[in-house]
Amino acid sequence: MLLEGKRLLITGITTDDSIAFSAAKVAQEQGAEIVVTNFGRALRLTERAVQRLPSLPPVLEMDITNDDHVAAVMADLDSRWGKLDGALHAIAFAPSDALGGNFLNTPQESAATAFVTSAFSLKTLAVGALPLMQKAGGGSVVGLDFDNTTAWPAYDWMGVAKSALQSVSRYLARDLGRYQIRVNLVSAGPLRTVAARSIPGFDHLHDTWSERAPLRWDSTNPLAVAKMICVLLSDWAPLTTGEVIHVDGGFHAISAPAEEEPQPTE
Amino acid sequence: MEKTDIETRLRDVLVTELGLDAEKINPAANFETDLDVDSLGVVELLMAMEDEFGVKIPDDEAEHIHTVGEAIDLVHQKLNS
Repeated sequence: MLLEGKRLLITGITTDDSIAFSAAKVAQEQGAEIVVTNFGRALRLTERAVQRLPSLPPVLEMDITNDDHVAAVMADLDSRWGKLDGALHAIAFAPSDALGGNFLNTPQESAATAFVTSAFSLKTLAVGALPLMQKAGGGSVVGLDFDNTTAWPAYDWMGVAKSALQSVSRYLARDLGRYQIRVNLVSAGPLRTVAARSIPGFDHLHDTWSERAPLRWDSTNPLAVAKMICVLLSDWAPLTTGEVIHVDGGFHAISAPAEEEPQPTE
Repeated sequence: MEKTDIETRLRDVLVTELGLDAEKINPAANFETDLDVDSLGVVELLMAMEDEFGVKIPDDEAEHIHTVGEAIDLVHQKLNS
């Protein structure tokens, strides 16, 4: 199995629609042992959601912006496993006035919150996990991206934060490579998750995506994204770091949908 | 399952698991405006309903649930189809 014997920290499971839920499910199916974190009111949802996983993992509270929480989780993992092979960062937040077409009026504090919670937090997680990954002889940190190389409707300061996340992942790759720790992002197409529902005006992307993506796109199915996350957490991408891997049906490679289906050659 | 049974069980879920005010719960009560359930609360409500009644409620059906009565109707319809 792909993740036989791996011990993984999975953040960001809020419901069974969450990308992190699918990743956790595939990881367990592939032999990994996992610990799950979330915080605040979402923790209640997490505890409900994990009951739908193949086996019930421990759920710990971790607000990534709270250093004490991060230290407590790492201490728990240390006593539980004594090492850590991989971590999934599925964490993002922007205040409502930083999203949904309010770009020109967003206050500084809201943009800063989006940056700290969604981008800087990858550094917090990676550095928090560093001692345990050193004990494992290396590790893999995977984050979730929505590719903001170009501007999107409604995504606004969350998009800016995702651009920052890409940059943070490259600097982490630079500084953690010496410990054999890889840092990569998976850039997914739009998926119908709780996080996506909270972005007003983001919905219509779901419909246009499939027209342009050569492999088509099903915004209700995160399985392909989950599989790529598990590949990056496994030993099968040993020299890949600082990378953004698109799992978007090929959307990012195509500028406009074809008017007609191309005809196969004779 | 009869609608009255669904209502009884749903009421129990709303009070014990979501912490809603039992006195405000009636079929006409709107989750958002009458029962103060926010967007995260709605997500929890849907998962709680799925767990309680063993049904799957996709997004496009969830969008039509605004009142307690509509939630009861949806569960009733799913269990009897």
